[in-house]
Amino acid sequence: MQNNKKGLTLSRKHNLIGWGFLLPATLLIVFMSFYPGIQGFLLSLQVGHGMQLTFGGLKNYVRILKDPVFKEVFFNTFFYLIIQVPIMLVLALILASMLNNKHLRCKAIFRTAIFLPCATSLVSYSMIFRSLFTTDGLVNNIIRSFGMPSVNWFGNEWTARGVIIIALIWRWTGYNMVFYLAGLQNIEYSVYEAAKIDGASPAQSLFRITIPLLKPTILLTAIMSTNGTLQLFDESVNLTSGGPGRATMTLSHYIYNTSFTNNPNFGYSAAMSFVIMVIVAILAFVQMKVGDKR
Amino acid sequence: MIRRGKRVLQYVFLTVVSILSVFPIYYMICGATNKSADVVGGRLLPGSYLVSNFQNLILQQNLSAALWNSIRNATIMTLLSLLICSIAGYGFEIYHDKGKDLVMAILLLAMMIPFAVIMIPLFRMFSHMKLINTMTAIVLPAISTPFLIMLFRQSARSFPHDIIEAARIDGLNEMGIFFRMFIPTMRSTYAAAMTITFMGAWNNYLWPKIVLQTNNSITMPVLVANSMGGHYVDYGMLMISVLICTIPTAIIFFALQKNFAEGITGAVK
Repeated sequence: MQNNKKGLTLSRKHNLIGWGFLLPATLLIVFMSFYPGIQGFLLSLQVGHGMQLTFGGLKNYVRILKDPVFKEVFFNTFFYLIIQVPIMLVLALILASMLNNKHLRCKAIFRTAIFLPCATSLVSYSMIFRSLFTTDGLVNNIIRSFGMPSVNWFGNEWTARGVIIIALIWRWTGYNMVFYLAGLQNIEYSVYEAAKIDGASPAQSLFRITIPLLKPTILLTAIMSTNGTLQLFDESVNLTSGGPGRATMTLSHYIYNTSFTNNPNFGYSAAMSFVIMVIVAILAFVQMKVGDKR
Repeated sequence: MIRRGKRVLQYVFLTVVSILSVFPIYYMICGATNKSADVVGGRLLPGSYLVSNFQNLILQQNLSAALWNSIRNATIMTLLSLLICSIAGYGFEIYHDKGKDLVMAILLLAMMIPFAVIMIPLFRMFSHMKLINTMTAIVLPAISTPFLIMLFRQSARSFPHDIIEAARIDGLNEMGIFFRMFIPTMRSTYAAAMTITFMGAWNNYLWPKIVLQTNNSITMPVLVANSMGGHYVDYGMLMISVLICTIPTAIIFFALQKNFAEGITGAVK
């Protein structure tokens, strides 16, 4: 208290320095995320094209409900989410628990190889897969060499969606695997050895030890991949160009087209983007609730 | 015998997955050295078209500008991002009190905001400030991310308070403790953060596509996407642009791979 007369006590000084440390990052997030976020919401209440906008209340949101294209891209995005995310996370978990085995040889080689796809950019790997799956591309050549008819991958809506899912799994499985491997480092290896002595099968150790103890990491990867899949853009644009028709177009791709091609409709795309935000928030909430219970 | 069979099966499975993971990259590297028809046909041996593919690329695309822009933008963004987010994460953890915890909780909400929500307001903001086609427009929105702040806050949790007290007694000021004590001990967290940020900055496509509208300001992913445009696609040229776009991230990947896992281990505890 004596120091108060001189000015600041030591702990108050530290407190202020602490605020100083977090100020630049906080201001940047406020001006580069929250402020545009609020503006985006106000924009979603406006109707009109280009810069001629007038207040329209909830008109844009009503329009979403009636827009058949929105339904289509919404379906596509959710299809990717429901099929791809579980397959990828389960595969990543299996690979991570295999690589966590102390007696496994060539561990570093396997890990590097499986993590390697992460070194490619999203646009790059989209191009690689586009070229692999073209009508007279390598994949069809292999299929033909087995005497089967070649597949028009990008001409059929289901195969085109399939290619996007294969590509996504290829790119992201290793990434999630590394998170699980990191999480597994925190589990004492002796737990597994004790379980083995007690006669537990690998599947039992996976379900009884790995999954419960990795819960926070699984939750983190589930939220990250859900968030990423709902915002999928690069693959839709570059791998399939959204086609055939709009069969593989994602929500973000449609929002981009509505905002930046032909006749920009900023208000309507802002409203659609808020739908993504609400879904992201709801799904994150559900995942946390489910994650808590187990 | 059963156990042995299982172990063999495990190796077979891991080998197949590894080959499938590496194969498209091998295909891409071979593709960069072959002519378009051979790339599509799936020639899996190195060819002799590397130079001519490269010549076509520099003839048709502004490669040097895109490469320079990408390197410059990603480097500056990574440096600023690491500095600003780590000092904030450190501040949130070391000097934490109710007020700062509340601010952190609010900042975390920003993770929920999809980029689609803010891209139009950001675009209008930057065009208002006459910053379209500039590095500022690319770098500024992504410097500070709740994810990185959280990563550094988690790692600051394991930073011993004794060190801070001892350093204070030795007369080091608070800034000095951060720069001279925290940064050197948290190398693996910085490596992980650097990998994530550099890759994110390098690979970003949507925002550069919106805000970089001249041929002189584009970045590598935009260039790769442009190489696909038009009716006739030169796959050899496409693959060499993909290869060039991948080299820098591959270097970072191999250099920091081990640290990446370590840094994340600290974060997911």
